[in-house]
Amino acid sequence: MSELYDSRTTPPAPIEEIISIFRYPDLIRQLIYRDLVARYKRSFLGVLWTMLNPLASMIILTIVFSRVFEMRGVYPAYILTNLLGWNFFAQTTQFSLNTILYGNELSKKIYMPRTAMILATAITGMINMLFALVPLVIIYLATGTPFAPSALLLPFSLFFLAAFSLGVSLLVSTAAVLFPDIGEFFPVLLMGYMYLTPVIYPASLITEVAGGWLLWLNPMYYLLNFLQMILFEGVFPGGGDWLSAAGVSLVFLLMGWIVFTNASRRFSYYV
Amino acid sequence: MSEPCQEHLAVTLKDVWVTYKLPTEQLRSIKEFAIKRVLNKVTFHDFSALKGISLDIPRGSVFGIVGRNGAGKSTLLKVISRVIYPTSGDVIVRGRVSPLLELGAGFHPDLTGVENIFLNGALLGYTRAEIEEKMEGIIRFSEIGEYIYAPIRTYSSGMIARLGFSIAVAKDPEILILDEILSVGDAGFQEKSMARISEIMANPNTTILLVTHSPGLVADLCDRAVILESGNLIASGSGLEISDRYHQMLGGNA
Repeated sequence: MSELYDSRTTPPAPIEEIISIFRYPDLIRQLIYRDLVARYKRSFLGVLWTMLNPLASMIILTIVFSRVFEMRGVYPAYILTNLLGWNFFAQTTQFSLNTILYGNELSKKIYMPRTAMILATAITGMINMLFALVPLVIIYLATGTPFAPSALLLPFSLFFLAAFSLGVSLLVSTAAVLFPDIGEFFPVLLMGYMYLTPVIYPASLITEVAGGWLLWLNPMYYLLNFLQMILFEGVFPGGGDWLSAAGVSLVFLLMGWIVFTNASRRFSYYV
Repeated sequence: MSEPCQEHLAVTLKDVWVTYKLPTEQLRSIKEFAIKRVLNKVTFHDFSALKGISLDIPRGSVFGIVGRNGAGKSTLLKVISRVIYPTSGDVIVRGRVSPLLELGAGFHPDLTGVENIFLNGALLGYTRAEIEEKMEGIIRFSEIGEYIYAPIRTYSSGMIARLGFSIAVAKDPEILILDEILSVGDAGFQEKSMARISEIMANPNTTILLVTHSPGLVADLCDRAVILESGNLIASGSGLEISDRYHQMLGGNA
Protein backbone atom coordinates (compact mmCIF):
# COMPACT_ATOMS: atom_id res chain seq x y z
CA MET A 1 0.00 0.00 0.00
CA SER A 2 1.51 3.28 -1.03
CA GLU A 3 1.51 6.12 1.41
CA LEU A 4 -0.87 9.02 1.07
CA TYR A 5 -0.08 12.62 1.82
CA ASP A 6 -3.08 14.89 1.83
CA SER A 7 -2.59 18.39 3.15
CA ARG A 8 -6.35 18.72 3.72
CA THR A 9 -6.57 15.89 6.19
CA THR A 10 -3.16 15.89 7.87
CA PRO A 11 -3.41 15.29 11.61
CA PRO A 12 -2.17 18.04 13.95
CA ALA A 13 1.56 18.66 13.41
CA PRO A 14 2.77 17.05 16.69
CA ILE A 15 1.00 13.80 15.79
CA GLU A 16 1.85 13.91 12.10
CA GLU A 17 5.52 14.11 13.06
CA ILE A 18 5.33 10.95 15.14
CA ILE A 19 3.71 9.05 12.26
CA SER A 20 6.33 10.47 9.94
CA ILE A 21 9.18 9.15 12.07
CA PHE A 22 7.78 5.64 11.89
CA ARG A 23 7.76 5.90 8.10
CA TYR A 24 11.55 6.29 8.17
CA PRO A 25 12.36 3.21 10.20
CA ASP A 26 16.12 3.19 9.82
CA LEU A 27 16.75 6.94 9.69
CA ILE A 28 17.43 7.83 13.30
CA ARG A 29 19.70 4.85 13.80
CA GLN A 30 21.73 5.77 10.72
CA LEU A 31 22.00 9.40 11.83
CA ILE A 32 23.26 8.31 15.25
CA TYR A 33 25.80 6.02 13.62
CA ARG A 34 26.91 8.90 11.38
CA ASP A 35 27.31 11.27 14.32
CA LEU A 36 29.28 8.76 16.35
CA VAL A 37 31.59 7.85 13.47
CA ALA A 38 32.07 11.49 12.51
CA ARG A 39 33.09 12.20 16.05
CA TYR A 40 35.36 9.28 16.75
CA LYS A 41 36.67 7.85 13.53
CA ARG A 42 39.23 10.47 12.66
CA SER A 43 40.40 11.13 16.17
CA PHE A 44 43.39 9.21 17.50
CA LEU A 45 42.11 8.87 21.04
CA GLY A 46 38.54 8.48 19.82
CA VAL A 47 36.10 7.53 22.50
CA LEU A 48 38.66 8.29 25.20
CA TRP A 49 38.03 12.01 24.69
CA THR A 50 34.48 11.62 25.92
CA MET A 51 35.90 10.26 29.16
CA LEU A 52 38.89 12.57 29.46
CA ASN A 53 37.01 15.83 28.93
CA PRO A 54 34.77 15.74 32.02
CA LEU A 55 37.68 14.37 34.02
CA ALA A 56 39.88 17.29 33.03
CA SER A 57 37.13 19.84 33.75
CA MET A 58 36.58 18.25 37.11
CA ILE A 59 40.27 18.43 38.02
CA ILE A 60 40.48 22.11 37.05
CA LEU A 61 37.28 23.00 38.91
CA THR A 62 38.30 21.06 42.00
CA ILE A 63 41.66 22.85 42.13
CA VAL A 64 40.06 26.25 41.53
CA PHE A 65 37.36 25.78 44.12
CA SER A 66 39.28 24.00 46.84
CA ARG A 67 42.58 25.89 46.55
CA VAL A 68 41.71 29.30 45.18
CA PHE A 69 38.37 29.86 46.89
CA GLU A 70 39.20 27.57 49.80
CA MET A 71 35.71 26.19 49.57
CA ARG A 72 35.04 23.31 51.89
CA GLY A 73 32.75 20.45 51.12
CA VAL A 74 33.03 20.52 47.36
CA TYR A 75 34.28 17.16 46.32
CA PRO A 76 35.55 15.89 42.99
CA ALA A 77 32.83 13.26 42.95
CA TYR A 78 30.16 15.91 43.54
CA ILE A 79 31.39 18.07 40.68
CA LEU A 80 31.84 15.18 38.29
CA THR A 81 28.30 13.94 38.98
CA ASN A 82 26.90 17.36 38.17
CA LEU A 83 29.08 17.71 35.10
CA LEU A 84 27.75 14.41 33.81
CA GLY A 85 24.22 15.82 33.76
CA TRP A 86 25.14 19.35 32.79
CA ASN A 87 27.44 18.42 29.90
CA PHE A 88 24.77 16.22 28.42
CA PHE A 89 22.25 19.04 28.58
CA ALA A 90 24.66 21.67 27.24
CA GLN A 91 25.98 19.51 24.39
CA THR A 92 22.58 18.27 23.30
CA THR A 93 21.09 21.75 23.10
CA GLN A 94 24.18 23.25 21.46
CA PHE A 95 24.55 20.45 18.90
CA SER A 96 20.84 20.55 18.07
CA LEU A 97 21.10 24.25 17.45
CA ASN A 98 24.12 23.77 15.18
CA THR A 99 22.36 20.98 13.33
CA ILE A 100 19.33 23.13 12.62
CA LEU A 101 21.33 26.22 11.72
CA TYR A 102 24.29 24.81 9.81
CA GLY A 103 23.66 21.14 9.11
CA ASN A 104 20.29 21.50 7.59
CA GLU A 105 21.05 21.91 3.89
CA LEU A 106 19.68 18.46 3.32
CA SER A 107 16.18 19.16 4.58
CA LYS A 108 15.90 21.99 2.06
CA LYS A 109 16.40 19.45 -0.68
CA ILE A 110 14.58 16.32 0.40
CA TYR A 111 11.81 15.66 2.85
CA MET A 112 12.55 13.89 6.10
CA PRO A 113 10.90 13.99 9.50
CA ARG A 114 12.10 17.32 10.80
CA THR A 115 12.69 16.18 14.35
CA ALA A 116 14.89 13.27 13.17
CA MET A 117 18.17 15.18 13.34
CA ILE A 118 17.46 16.54 16.82
CA LEU A 119 16.29 13.17 18.13
CA ALA A 120 19.47 11.61 16.78
CA THR A 121 21.55 14.34 18.43
CA ALA A 122 19.91 13.71 21.80
CA ILE A 123 20.38 9.94 21.60
CA THR A 124 24.00 10.36 20.49
CA GLY A 125 24.49 12.59 23.53
CA MET A 126 23.01 9.87 25.71
CA ILE A 127 25.49 7.34 24.33
CA ASN A 128 28.37 9.72 24.96
CA MET A 129 27.06 10.21 28.46
CA LEU A 130 27.22 6.47 29.09
CA PHE A 131 30.91 6.56 28.12
CA ALA A 132 31.37 9.43 30.56
CA LEU A 133 30.06 7.16 33.33
CA VAL A 134 33.38 5.29 33.22
CA PRO A 135 35.52 8.10 34.68
CA LEU A 136 32.71 8.78 37.16
CA VAL A 137 32.96 5.25 38.51
CA ILE A 138 36.75 5.56 38.68
CA ILE A 139 36.58 8.81 40.64
CA TYR A 140 33.94 7.43 42.99
CA LEU A 141 36.19 4.46 43.73
CA ALA A 142 39.31 6.61 44.02
CA THR A 143 37.70 9.07 46.45
CA GLY A 144 35.99 6.36 48.46
CA THR A 145 32.49 7.60 47.62
CA PRO A 146 30.23 4.58 48.04
CA PHE A 147 27.57 3.56 45.52
CA ALA A 148 24.27 3.09 47.34
CA PRO A 149 21.38 0.94 46.03
CA SER A 150 19.72 4.20 44.98
CA ALA A 151 22.23 4.31 42.10
CA LEU A 152 20.04 1.71 40.40
CA LEU A 153 17.57 4.53 39.73
CA LEU A 154 20.08 6.04 37.26
CA PRO A 155 18.03 5.10 34.16
CA PHE A 156 15.17 7.26 35.47
CA SER A 157 17.48 10.16 36.06
CA LEU A 158 18.95 9.82 32.57
CA PHE A 159 15.46 9.63 31.08
CA PHE A 160 14.41 12.86 32.82
CA LEU A 161 17.58 14.61 31.64
CA ALA A 162 17.09 13.35 28.10
CA ALA A 163 13.44 14.42 27.93
CA PHE A 164 14.24 17.86 29.32
CA SER A 165 17.25 18.40 27.05
CA LEU A 166 15.28 17.28 24.02
CA GLY A 167 12.47 19.67 24.90
CA VAL A 168 14.81 22.60 25.36
CA SER A 169 16.67 21.66 22.15
CA LEU A 170 13.42 21.78 20.18
CA LEU A 171 12.46 25.15 21.67
CA VAL A 172 15.88 26.70 21.09
CA SER A 173 16.10 25.30 17.56
CA THR A 174 12.73 26.78 16.67
CA ALA A 175 13.84 30.16 17.99
CA ALA A 176 17.11 29.89 16.09
CA VAL A 177 15.40 29.31 12.75
CA LEU A 178 13.37 32.47 13.25
CA PHE A 179 16.36 34.42 14.58
CA PRO A 180 19.73 32.99 13.52
CA ASP A 181 21.41 35.41 15.96
CA ILE A 182 20.53 32.98 18.71
CA GLY A 183 23.26 30.75 17.33
CA GLU A 184 25.78 33.43 18.24
CA PHE A 185 24.78 34.11 21.79
CA PHE A 186 23.54 30.71 22.86
CA PRO A 187 26.95 29.58 24.21
CA VAL A 188 27.01 32.63 26.46
CA LEU A 189 23.45 31.97 27.54
CA LEU A 190 24.43 28.41 28.42
CA MET A 191 27.42 29.62 30.42
CA GLY A 192 25.28 32.09 32.32
CA TYR A 193 22.73 29.37 33.05
CA MET A 194 25.45 27.08 34.33
CA TYR A 195 26.57 29.64 36.89
CA LEU A 196 22.96 30.15 37.98
CA THR A 197 22.66 26.42 38.56
CA PRO A 198 24.48 24.59 41.34
CA VAL A 199 26.77 22.59 39.09
CA ILE A 200 30.25 23.44 40.32
CA TYR A 201 29.25 24.73 43.75
CA PRO A 202 26.81 23.41 46.33
CA ALA A 203 23.14 24.39 46.17
CA SER A 204 23.39 25.89 49.65
CA LEU A 205 25.53 28.68 48.20
CA ILE A 206 22.65 29.95 46.07
CA THR A 207 20.22 29.79 48.95
CA GLU A 208 22.60 31.84 51.09
CA VAL A 209 23.38 34.43 48.43
CA ALA A 210 20.10 34.86 46.57
CA GLY A 211 17.46 32.93 48.47
CA GLY A 212 15.68 29.70 47.65
CA TRP A 213 13.44 31.12 44.93
CA LEU A 214 16.29 31.11 42.42
CA LEU A 215 16.57 27.35 42.85
CA TRP A 216 12.84 26.71 42.76
CA LEU A 217 12.50 28.51 39.46
CA ASN A 218 15.34 26.57 37.87
CA PRO A 219 14.14 23.43 36.06
CA MET A 220 17.67 22.06 35.70
CA TYR A 221 18.12 22.18 39.47
CA TYR A 222 15.46 19.50 40.00
CA LEU A 223 17.12 17.18 37.49
CA LEU A 224 20.64 17.59 38.85
CA ASN A 225 19.34 17.30 42.38
CA PHE A 226 17.72 14.00 41.51
CA LEU A 227 21.01 12.78 40.02
CA GLN A 228 22.95 13.93 43.08
CA MET A 229 20.56 12.17 45.45
CA ILE A 230 20.77 8.77 43.81
CA LEU A 231 24.51 8.81 43.05
CA PHE A 232 26.48 11.11 45.35
CA GLU A 233 24.26 11.22 48.41
CA GLY A 234 23.01 7.68 47.99
CA VAL A 235 19.47 8.35 49.18
CA PHE A 236 16.17 7.44 47.57
CA PRO A 237 14.33 10.50 46.22
CA GLY A 238 11.04 11.33 47.91
CA GLY A 239 7.69 11.80 46.25
CA GLY A 240 8.27 15.52 45.76
CA ASP A 241 11.63 14.90 44.09
CA TRP A 242 10.12 12.40 41.69
CA LEU A 243 7.21 14.66 40.89
CA SER A 244 9.33 17.75 40.24
CA ALA A 245 11.93 15.94 38.10
CA ALA A 246 9.36 14.03 36.05
CA GLY A 247 7.07 17.03 35.80
CA VAL A 248 9.74 19.45 34.64
CA SER A 249 11.16 17.09 32.02
CA LEU A 250 7.84 15.99 30.56
CA VAL A 251 6.40 19.51 30.45
CA PHE A 252 9.45 20.78 28.56
CA LEU A 253 9.43 17.81 26.19
CA LEU A 254 5.76 18.30 25.39
CA MET A 255 6.15 22.04 24.98
CA GLY A 256 9.19 21.65 22.73
CA TRP A 257 7.54 18.98 20.59
CA ILE A 258 4.37 21.01 20.06
CA VAL A 259 6.16 24.28 19.34
CA PHE A 260 8.77 22.76 17.02
CA THR A 261 6.45 20.57 14.95
CA ASN A 262 3.98 23.38 14.43
CA ALA A 263 6.67 25.87 13.50
CA SER A 264 8.60 23.45 11.30
CA ARG A 265 5.97 23.62 8.57
CA ARG A 266 7.12 27.18 8.07
CA PHE A 267 10.88 26.50 8.42
CA SER A 268 11.46 26.34 4.69
CA TYR A 269 10.13 29.88 4.40
CA TYR A 270 13.14 31.15 6.32
CA VAL A 271 15.97 30.85 3.88
CA MET B 1 -14.83 16.05 0.82
CA SER B 2 -13.40 12.97 -0.87
CA GLU B 3 -14.06 12.86 -4.59
CA PRO B 4 -14.52 9.44 -6.15
CA CYS B 5 -12.05 7.89 -8.57
CA GLN B 6 -8.95 9.85 -7.62
CA GLU B 7 -6.79 6.76 -7.30
CA HIS B 8 -5.59 7.06 -10.86
CA LEU B 9 -3.93 10.35 -9.96
CA ALA B 10 -0.50 10.34 -8.34
CA VAL B 11 -0.52 14.04 -7.51
CA THR B 12 -3.32 16.55 -7.16
CA LEU B 13 -2.71 20.22 -6.49
CA LYS B 14 -5.59 22.60 -5.84
CA ASP B 15 -5.02 26.33 -5.86
CA VAL B 16 -1.58 26.03 -4.29
CA TRP B 17 0.12 29.21 -3.19
CA VAL B 18 3.61 29.57 -1.83
CA THR B 19 4.10 33.07 -0.57
CA TYR B 20 7.20 34.31 1.14
CA LYS B 21 6.96 37.29 3.41
CA LEU B 22 10.08 39.24 2.75
CA PRO B 23 11.00 42.11 5.00
CA THR B 24 11.47 45.17 2.85
CA GLU B 25 14.78 45.61 4.60
CA GLN B 26 16.98 42.74 5.60
CA LEU B 27 16.18 42.18 9.27
CA ARG B 28 17.68 38.99 10.51
CA SER B 29 18.92 40.01 13.93
CA ILE B 30 16.81 40.16 17.03
CA LYS B 31 18.04 43.58 18.00
CA GLU B 32 17.09 45.14 14.72
CA PHE B 33 13.81 43.33 14.66
CA ALA B 34 12.88 44.24 18.21
CA ILE B 35 13.72 47.89 17.75
CA LYS B 36 11.88 48.24 14.48
CA ARG B 37 8.98 46.17 15.72
CA VAL B 38 8.53 48.42 18.71
CA LEU B 39 8.68 51.43 16.44
CA ASN B 40 6.26 49.58 14.17
CA LYS B 41 8.61 49.99 11.28
CA VAL B 42 8.85 46.42 10.09
CA THR B 43 7.29 46.29 6.68
CA PHE B 44 6.92 43.17 4.61
CA HIS B 45 6.16 42.61 1.01
CA ASP B 46 4.79 39.36 -0.31
CA PHE B 47 6.57 37.34 -2.91
CA SER B 48 4.62 34.47 -4.38
CA ALA B 49 6.66 31.73 -5.98
CA LEU B 50 3.48 29.83 -6.85
CA LYS B 51 0.23 31.65 -7.54
CA GLY B 52 -2.71 29.30 -7.27
CA ILE B 53 -1.44 26.26 -9.13
CA SER B 54 -3.95 23.48 -9.80
CA LEU B 55 -2.96 20.34 -11.61
CA ASP B 56 -3.54 16.61 -11.78
CA ILE B 57 -0.75 14.19 -12.55
CA PRO B 58 -1.97 10.75 -13.67
CA ARG B 59 -0.33 7.70 -12.14
CA GLY B 60 2.21 6.05 -14.38
CA SER B 61 2.66 9.06 -16.62
CA VAL B 62 5.77 11.00 -17.48
CA PHE B 63 4.82 14.55 -16.64
CA GLY B 64 6.88 17.47 -17.88
CA ILE B 65 7.29 20.80 -16.12
CA VAL B 66 8.91 23.49 -18.20
CA GLY B 67 9.50 27.16 -17.73
CA ARG B 68 12.23 29.76 -17.55
CA ASN B 69 14.48 30.23 -14.56
CA GLY B 70 12.52 31.60 -11.63
CA ALA B 71 9.20 30.43 -13.04
CA GLY B 72 8.53 28.35 -9.92
CA LYS B 73 9.54 24.88 -11.15
CA SER B 74 11.75 24.07 -8.16
CA THR B 75 9.20 25.41 -5.71
CA LEU B 76 6.55 23.23 -7.31
CA LEU B 77 8.77 20.17 -6.92
CA LYS B 78 9.46 21.07 -3.31
CA VAL B 79 5.75 21.33 -2.57
CA ILE B 80 5.14 17.92 -4.11
CA SER B 81 8.07 16.37 -2.25
CA ARG B 82 6.89 17.97 1.03
CA VAL B 83 10.00 20.06 1.55
CA ILE B 84 7.79 23.16 1.47
CA TYR B 85 4.38 23.23 3.10
CA PRO B 86 2.06 25.35 0.94
CA THR B 87 0.99 28.74 2.26
CA SER B 88 -2.51 27.86 1.12
CA GLY B 89 -4.17 25.31 -1.11
CA ASP B 90 -4.31 21.53 -1.07
CA VAL B 91 -1.62 19.04 -1.93
CA ILE B 92 -2.44 15.37 -2.31
CA VAL B 93 0.37 12.97 -3.11
CA ARG B 94 -0.39 9.26 -3.46
CA GLY B 95 2.86 7.42 -3.07
CA ARG B 96 6.38 8.04 -1.85
CA VAL B 97 8.36 10.70 -3.66
CA SER B 98 11.99 9.96 -4.56
CA PRO B 99 13.93 12.96 -5.71
CA LEU B 100 16.69 12.28 -8.19
CA LEU B 101 18.34 15.61 -7.70
CA GLU B 102 21.33 16.71 -5.70
CA LEU B 103 22.95 13.33 -6.09
CA GLY B 104 24.93 12.47 -3.02
CA ALA B 105 23.21 15.06 -0.84
CA GLY B 106 23.37 13.58 2.64
CA PHE B 107 26.57 11.63 2.11
CA HIS B 108 29.04 11.93 4.95
CA PRO B 109 32.71 12.14 3.90
CA ASP B 110 34.04 10.06 6.80
CA LEU B 111 31.71 7.13 6.17
CA THR B 112 32.62 4.40 3.71
CA GLY B 113 30.65 3.81 0.54
CA VAL B 114 28.73 0.96 2.15
CA GLU B 115 27.93 3.02 5.26
CA ASN B 116 26.75 5.87 3.06
CA ILE B 117 24.47 3.51 1.16
CA PHE B 118 22.77 2.65 4.46
CA LEU B 119 22.56 6.32 5.47
CA ASN B 120 21.26 7.49 2.10
CA GLY B 121 18.80 4.64 1.89
CA ALA B 122 17.46 5.54 5.34
CA LEU B 123 17.06 9.15 4.19
CA LEU B 124 14.97 7.89 1.29
CA GLY B 125 12.81 5.98 3.75
CA TYR B 126 14.02 2.45 2.97
CA THR B 127 14.12 -0.14 5.73
CA ARG B 128 17.41 -1.76 6.60
CA ALA B 129 16.27 -5.04 5.08
CA GLU B 130 15.42 -3.31 1.80
CA ILE B 131 18.83 -1.69 1.65
CA GLU B 132 20.64 -4.92 2.46
CA GLU B 133 18.71 -6.64 -0.29
CA LYS B 134 19.69 -3.97 -2.82
CA MET B 135 23.27 -3.52 -1.60
CA GLU B 136 24.97 -5.79 -4.09
CA GLY B 137 23.07 -4.32 -7.03
CA ILE B 138 23.89 -0.77 -5.96
CA ILE B 139 27.60 -1.50 -5.66
CA ARG B 140 27.66 -3.26 -9.02
CA PHE B 141 25.69 -0.51 -10.78
CA SER B 142 27.85 2.27 -9.36
CA GLU B 143 31.08 0.63 -10.62
CA ILE B 144 32.86 1.78 -7.46
CA GLY B 145 34.48 -1.62 -7.01
CA GLU B 146 36.76 -2.21 -4.06
CA TYR B 147 36.69 1.49 -3.09
CA ILE B 148 33.22 0.88 -1.68
CA TYR B 149 34.95 0.16 1.66
CA ALA B 150 36.93 3.42 1.62
CA PRO B 151 35.65 6.67 3.13
CA ILE B 152 33.98 8.66 0.38
CA ARG B 153 36.12 11.71 1.03
CA THR B 154 38.62 9.79 -1.10
CA TYR B 155 36.13 9.53 -4.00
CA SER B 156 36.13 11.66 -7.12
CA SER B 157 33.03 13.75 -7.74
CA GLY B 158 32.11 11.39 -10.55
CA MET B 159 32.22 8.39 -8.21
CA ILE B 160 30.02 10.21 -5.69
CA ALA B 161 27.44 11.09 -8.35
CA ARG B 162 27.46 7.50 -9.63
CA LEU B 163 26.92 6.12 -6.14
CA GLY B 164 24.12 8.65 -5.45
CA PHE B 165 22.40 7.74 -8.69
CA SER B 166 22.72 4.01 -8.05
CA ILE B 167 21.06 4.30 -4.64
CA ALA B 168 18.26 6.54 -5.93
CA VAL B 169 17.27 4.14 -8.70
CA ALA B 170 17.88 0.90 -6.82
CA LYS B 171 14.16 0.51 -6.30
CA ASP B 172 11.49 1.52 -8.78
CA PRO B 173 10.13 4.61 -7.03
CA GLU B 174 6.44 5.42 -6.82
CA ILE B 175 6.96 9.03 -7.82
CA LEU B 176 10.33 10.00 -9.26
CA ILE B 177 11.45 13.59 -9.60
CA LEU B 178 13.99 14.25 -12.33
CA ASP B 179 15.41 17.75 -12.24
CA GLU B 180 16.89 18.12 -15.71
CA ILE B 181 17.96 14.97 -17.43
CA LEU B 182 21.00 13.68 -15.69
CA SER B 183 24.44 13.48 -17.05
CA VAL B 184 26.28 11.34 -14.57
CA GLY B 185 29.73 9.96 -15.10
CA ASP B 186 31.38 9.10 -18.39
CA ALA B 187 29.66 8.20 -21.67
CA GLY B 188 29.35 4.55 -20.70
CA PHE B 189 27.70 5.30 -17.38
CA GLN B 190 25.40 7.88 -18.96
CA GLU B 191 24.13 5.29 -21.38
CA LYS B 192 23.57 2.85 -18.55
CA SER B 193 21.76 5.42 -16.40
CA MET B 194 19.52 6.47 -19.30
CA ALA B 195 18.68 2.82 -19.87
CA ARG B 196 17.75 2.47 -16.20
CA ILE B 197 15.56 5.59 -16.35
CA SER B 198 13.78 4.29 -19.46
CA GLU B 199 13.15 1.09 -17.55
CA ILE B 200 11.60 3.07 -14.69
CA MET B 201 9.53 5.11 -17.17
CA ALA B 202 8.12 1.89 -18.56
CA ASN B 203 6.86 0.80 -15.14
CA PRO B 204 3.11 1.55 -15.15
CA ASN B 205 3.13 2.22 -11.39
CA THR B 206 5.87 4.80 -11.45
CA THR B 207 5.02 8.42 -12.08
CA ILE B 208 7.83 10.65 -13.28
CA LEU B 209 8.02 14.40 -12.94
CA LEU B 210 10.54 15.75 -15.39
CA VAL B 211 11.73 19.31 -15.05
CA THR B 212 13.57 20.55 -18.07
CA HIS B 213 14.46 23.48 -20.27
CA SER B 214 14.50 21.41 -23.40
CA PRO B 215 11.38 21.38 -25.64
CA GLY B 216 12.84 18.34 -27.42
CA LEU B 217 12.85 16.20 -24.27
CA VAL B 218 9.26 17.14 -23.48
CA ALA B 219 8.15 16.07 -26.95
CA ASP B 220 10.11 12.82 -26.79
CA LEU B 221 9.41 11.66 -23.26
CA CYS B 222 6.36 13.33 -21.72
CA ASP B 223 2.75 12.16 -21.87
CA ARG B 224 1.53 15.41 -20.37
CA ALA B 225 3.26 18.68 -19.56
CA VAL B 226 2.71 22.16 -18.21
CA ILE B 227 4.41 25.52 -18.63
CA LEU B 228 5.06 27.71 -15.63
CA GLU B 229 5.67 31.41 -15.94
CA SER B 230 6.34 33.61 -12.89
CA GLY B 231 4.39 31.34 -10.57
CA ASN B 232 1.42 30.82 -12.87
CA LEU B 233 0.48 27.76 -14.83
CA ILE B 234 0.02 29.23 -18.29
CA ALA B 235 -0.40 26.12 -20.42
CA SER B 236 -1.15 22.46 -20.04
CA GLY B 237 -1.44 19.76 -22.64
CA SER B 238 0.19 16.76 -24.25
CA GLY B 239 3.97 16.60 -24.40
CA LEU B 240 3.93 17.49 -28.07
CA GLU B 241 1.60 20.49 -27.68
CA ILE B 242 3.57 21.90 -24.77
CA SER B 243 6.84 21.33 -26.55
CA ASP B 244 5.61 23.44 -29.50
CA ARG B 245 4.13 26.08 -27.26
CA TYR B 246 7.28 26.38 -25.18
CA HIS B 247 9.42 26.47 -28.28
CA GLN B 248 7.39 29.45 -29.57
CA MET B 249 7.61 31.12 -26.19
CA LEU B 250 11.37 30.86 -26.12
CA GLY B 251 11.62 31.95 -29.77
CA GLY B 252 9.39 34.94 -29.21
CA ASN B 253 11.62 36.20 -26.46
CA ALA B 254 14.96 35.38 -27.89
